[in-house]
Amino acid sequence: MTGTTTRGMAAGTFARGVHPPDRKDLAADAPIEVLPTPKRVTIPLVQHLGAPARSLVKTKQAVAMGEKIAEPGGFISAAVHASVSGTVGRPTKVTLPNARHVAAVPIAVADEQPLAGETLREDIFGGDWPTDVGAYDPKRIAEAVGEAGIVGLGGAAFPTHVKLMPNDAKPVDTLLINGCECEPYLTADDRLMIEHPEPIVTGALLVGRAQGVERIVVVIEDNKPRAIEALRAVAGPAGVEVAAVATKYPQGGEKQAVLAVTGRAVPTGGLPLDVGVVVVNVGTAAAIARAVVRGQPLTHRVISVTGAGVAAPKNLLAPIGVGYGELIDACGGLTADAVRVIAGGPMMGFALGELDVPVTKGTSGVVVLTADDVPRRTETPCLRCGRCVDACPLNLVPSKIAQAARDGDWDLARRYHILACMECGCCAYTCPASLPLVQWIRMGKAQMPRQ
Amino acid sequence: MTEPTTQSDSPQAAPAVPEIHVAPSPHVHDTSRTTRSMMIDVLIALLPVVGVAVYVFGLCVVRQIALCVGGCLVAELLFTILRGRRPTLGDGSAAVTGVILALSLPGPAPWYVGVIASFVAMGIGKVFFGGLGQNIFNPAMVGRAFVMLAFAGMVGASGYVLRPPASSAPATAPAGDVRADVMTQATPMSVAKKLARGETLGANEKMPSRMDLLLGTVNGSLGETSALACLIGGLYLCLRRTASWQIPAGVLLAVVVIAGIAELVSQPQLDVVDHLLGGAILFGAFFIATDLVTSPITPKGKFLFGLGIGALVMLLRTLSNYPEGVMFAVLVMNALVPLINRWTIPKPVGGPMPSKT
Repeated sequence: MTGTTTRGMAAGTFARGVHPPDRKDLAADAPIEVLPTPKRVTIPLVQHLGAPARSLVKTKQAVAMGEKIAEPGGFISAAVHASVSGTVGRPTKVTLPNARHVAAVPIAVADEQPLAGETLREDIFGGDWPTDVGAYDPKRIAEAVGEAGIVGLGGAAFPTHVKLMPNDAKPVDTLLINGCECEPYLTADDRLMIEHPEPIVTGALLVGRAQGVERIVVVIEDNKPRAIEALRAVAGPAGVEVAAVATKYPQGGEKQAVLAVTGRAVPTGGLPLDVGVVVVNVGTAAAIARAVVRGQPLTHRVISVTGAGVAAPKNLLAPIGVGYGELIDACGGLTADAVRVIAGGPMMGFALGELDVPVTKGTSGVVVLTADDVPRRTETPCLRCGRCVDACPLNLVPSKIAQAARDGDWDLARRYHILACMECGCCAYTCPASLPLVQWIRMGKAQMPRQ
Repeated sequence: MTEPTTQSDSPQAAPAVPEIHVAPSPHVHDTSRTTRSMMIDVLIALLPVVGVAVYVFGLCVVRQIALCVGGCLVAELLFTILRGRRPTLGDGSAAVTGVILALSLPGPAPWYVGVIASFVAMGIGKVFFGGLGQNIFNPAMVGRAFVMLAFAGMVGASGYVLRPPASSAPATAPAGDVRADVMTQATPMSVAKKLARGETLGANEKMPSRMDLLLGTVNGSLGETSALACLIGGLYLCLRRTASWQIPAGVLLAVVVIAGIAELVSQPQLDVVDHLLGGAILFGAFFIATDLVTSPITPKGKFLFGLGIGALVMLLRTLSNYPEGVMFAVLVMNALVPLINRWTIPKPVGGPMPSKT
């Protein structure tokens, strides 16, 4: 692979990390399909980091696709829009895969939809996308993104307009458009880059304009040659770089991507902003383009439904709020040996206890694993072998943190930097003793008294 | 791992819907490496060493390994049951301790030496601390240290030399037999010690050639004699990342530097190459010091640990009354592991978490 030149000493990748089998083959060749309009959707009012959105609709009210149904509940919050046209049902509560119990607005879908099938896809990703964005006012870009309810589509779901606010204290010189998609199985970003690179580049240029950056780089792992080629064709003429980086988990982690491309280490507890970088996922970039250029909110997203436990893996363009079960049904249902349904990727995703749960803006995929994929394993004592240390992309000592957390020894846990852990799962992936290291660390973080 | 299990209970679900389990992430694991597979790796790496030992010392090697492995397995089973725990023989760690213990003993040692060493290794060395992963000291070295002190004549320097029965001399070992030659010779390290003290050498005390040290056709503990076999097995362990290369690298670097300095300032009995090839340095560096449980967890700590062992071995070889010092060096450094771990907590990428004060 002829990589675009990348600057910085750590260019190309980051230290340590793991190489799980990527299993992208299951869905990488499946073009994005539009999910047939469901009968109902349930739209959670918390799909982002930050304050819950406040509902603007009443029971039995008719809403149109794209209509705002909830407004931001604070600065770090995001608006929510109807992803279908229909009638609002009684306010309800749903339990999201991350176990948060949140308010939600159910909508019974009307027979007539303004957009469906290929026209919907064309409206979201098709048509012409400008590569000259000089006419767009930087402040107006951030506002439009806020109006559209856009959050990070890579999974963390941080409200995007917050990242785009011009910030004099911390100037930004580099924008990374994250197309690494380092989680095994997931192919939604890959397909989007292959099929619709134009809105991604336009979104990148708009974010670049909002923040006044010098350099825009689309970062893609080198196991996605078609996506790299597709983006180079569009990005090159627009002055946007494409960097092929090593395929290694968690390359798509914000800190790892920043390190790989710029050689800058994001401070622990800080943001890429602290080192003059803003990172935006490729799907988010496309949503930004649509919001700014066409004034349309975020109502749909591409979701990979994949894994050996799904009859026919696909990449679906689905409305926010549709149930996981319906996505799986659209892919031929579960196979007989399916045992685990994961919201997100297998390294950091959450296992679902039931399938009647709505997808949110941050849902990048549904991975269904079979009994063969998750063999029963027996925990054995920690051998202190240090393989977790060799795997940790943040240079932590996971086994020490995990055992300190398990034993409630908060002093020790802090001394080993428990709060620096991002729970990527490399340690538990690699542990020969099958210890649930991430689970202990997560528990420790939750139980540890605040200082 | 006990997984919390819930069953999908959507009432209208078709009866064919499979049962869905939940578990914390990550949901995929590298199943190629387990505790057991790493122990088997060590046994594989020990094969060349065992092979050379059998060639040089004969069937007494098989006898010693059988005694020690058997002793370790029985002892672990017994002590684990006494502690009221589930037996863990299947993880292979007791077998590894047994083989390494056997290879660290002299061939002629009577049967009860190996058996007692095994029981001390598994009991005091391992299970009484809480079993696999909990012990501070290398179990095999704990067992060896005990018998070396308790049976000084049989495990000390003189214990290595096979004395033919008074009258019926070499009836079983014809002249030219490598075994008879080797086993009636003093070990290279005790010869060197004698020379360094300025004592006159006996008939069976001569310094072997470099080639003998490399191939292992010299007397010594069963596993230590062949530098080549130790290197082959050790490199395999490092390449498989079952052993951390930082430990042997530290040991060997310390030996080279200290022996090199000694060579520059005086005329020592052993030069750098002798120190590396002779005695238990290579066996210790690759197979004993690299014990996962009793060595530090961070790369930097592993290197420091190795340096410490190398330096202590040189100290003991040069200044103590013992011809060799690998065992004591490892035990002393084992005791320092918690401290080393504390000193070498790595700095997180992006620095430590700023305190909110």
